[in-house]
Amino acid sequence: MTDIFRLPVVIGILVSAIRLATPYLYAAVGEAFAQTSGVVNLGVDGIMLVGAYAAFFVALTTGNLWLGVLAAMFVGLLMGLLMSVISVTLKAEQGISGIGLYMFGLGLSSVLFKVTIGTVKTVVGFQSVKLPLLGDIPVIGEIFFRQSLPVYGAFLLVPLAWWFMEKTTWGLRIKAVGQNPAAADSLGVSVDKVRYFSVCLGSVLAGLAGASLSIALVNLFQENLTAGQGFIAVALVYFGGWRPLGIMGGALLFSIVNAFQLWMQVLGVRIPSDVAVMLPYLLTIAALAVTVNRARQPAALNKPFERGEN
Amino acid sequence: MKTRCLLITVLLVTLLATACGGPAAPTGGKFRVAVLMPSATTDVAFSQSMWQALKAVQAEMGGEAQFELKYSENMFKVPDATAAIRDYASQGFDIVIAHGSQYGPAVQEIAKDFPKVTFAWGTDVNTFGYPNVYAYTAAAEEGGYVNGVLAAKLTKSKLIGVTGPVEVGDAKTYIDGFLQGVTATDPSIKIAKTWTGSFSDVALMTEAAKTHIAAGADTLTGSSQSVVGSIGAAKEKGNVLWFGTQADQASLGPSFVVASQVYDWTGILKDMIKNRKAGKLGGDKFVLQLKNGGLKIAYNSGYKLPDDVKAAGDKAIAGIKDGSIKVNP
Repeated sequence: MTDIFRLPVVIGILVSAIRLATPYLYAAVGEAFAQTSGVVNLGVDGIMLVGAYAAFFVALTTGNLWLGVLAAMFVGLLMGLLMSVISVTLKAEQGISGIGLYMFGLGLSSVLFKVTIGTVKTVVGFQSVKLPLLGDIPVIGEIFFRQSLPVYGAFLLVPLAWWFMEKTTWGLRIKAVGQNPAAADSLGVSVDKVRYFSVCLGSVLAGLAGASLSIALVNLFQENLTAGQGFIAVALVYFGGWRPLGIMGGALLFSIVNAFQLWMQVLGVRIPSDVAVMLPYLLTIAALAVTVNRARQPAALNKPFERGEN
Repeated sequence: MKTRCLLITVLLVTLLATACGGPAAPTGGKFRVAVLMPSATTDVAFSQSMWQALKAVQAEMGGEAQFELKYSENMFKVPDATAAIRDYASQGFDIVIAHGSQYGPAVQEIAKDFPKVTFAWGTDVNTFGYPNVYAYTAAAEEGGYVNGVLAAKLTKSKLIGVTGPVEVGDAKTYIDGFLQGVTATDPSIKIAKTWTGSFSDVALMTEAAKTHIAAGADTLTGSSQSVVGSIGAAKEKGNVLWFGTQADQASLGPSFVVASQVYDWTGILKDMIKNRKAGKLGGDKFVLQLKNGGLKIAYNSGYKLPDDVKAAGDKAIAGIKDGSIKVNP
């Protein structure tokens, strides 16, 4: 038991947690954009899957990882457009259309994988890059600054998303549309356009989340590779109170506990494995229940906007 | 407006459902077999082992003209699989194979409604006392033991990592056998085990393998279709050896996969077909063993295995076959 508190183990847990948090960060920050504009997109997991497939397929066939990243962003955009048409233009019930989009993404990525690859193949994904100077700092350098580029990208996204939301006109428009679409509309802001933009931006990020799995962390594609990570990402948005920093906190908490339980198993701490794998979920649910009061849910969340109705 | 949207959503879902494999049309005269598998026919593990055996039996029995073979793959969701089992049974297939221990309750429920159809399921030994149910399993602990002997001889860090899915069925017995093989060869070696709680979570399996490697393991093994993640982690790190099970996994790591325990279901499939043709629809259990040729150890020719290590492996195989080595499941 004491083994788990030794420095190399603590470092190991944190290195691992930062890797594990990466797909959640992309997906959850993206989902926060969509939700802040008033659209719940439950299709994140499906978008991640097609993104993961597209990135893997392009990287495998061209040998170029960056083309894979672009492909993931592009299919993310297409999935976002689909979700926008259904939920914004056609005003379908958001929860149901999101689940539909998820199943569509799961099926599409499975069928395409079967037709084009069909077996277990691997790519050489993004390698760890040791940042100059920073990477040499003892302990901290080892944990934070010897990761791969998509991992750095995910953590850079957090301040970027905060700045975009709080300091730019577009960010304010997104918030206005999510809080009071009628008022925004009367001021000449196109509610539909802003929601299209937010959902698509979120979906591009979900595509990237998928790519971070298939060409950086796992370096292969299998059917249902995400195993439900997109749904955890949606939960993290509520957990983080629609704020990028809060989302990062949630993603790290979940991932640290997940890494911790893996290390506990490796070090032979005697707890049943079923309990160990439940830990991250249990803790997240508990934390969600405790923190839910300070969450500031966008007032128009889940409500389609029709002029003159609201 | 709302109805139209709902319709679109429903259509999207239906599109997906139909894309995942359609049912078969009845035909006369042929021997007809349907199989349901939890993962893909190309998973280089559990499902592939059964699929290859079925294809081999089909070829031997005269190809598609004489032997109709239908399959449903990626049936991780038991309710979907249950519907498919009933569907195949009502279409009058001769044998419906539910290839996954999680399908047991479904077989138990459905088999009594179709007394003329033979059901086979595994890995388990329970036929529920029905005359039309066969059960099959693999004595995975036997190959696990042999892999364990080889691994114990090859590890330099004296630390071996085991990445398991869920502590049930052949995933558990393989690992139990592996531990016995290692301990019998060198009791000073430390073995660390992880379970991800899922047969399909490749991402968590990858991280579990990375954790073993970070803790100092230089030799890994594991079971289930999600071990492709572990093998990927071993490949990325380099200088880490892998021992496979269920199917020959050498193709996933030509330079570092040492050996794989291979399930060969051909023999038991042929027995079932022979029995059925003779009028015996079920009631027996079958076990793949090293002794009956259902289990084989496939050494990877791309990995240079030292002679003395291979000799130790072969000795373990011989010992298990003649009963002088007892492996507990």
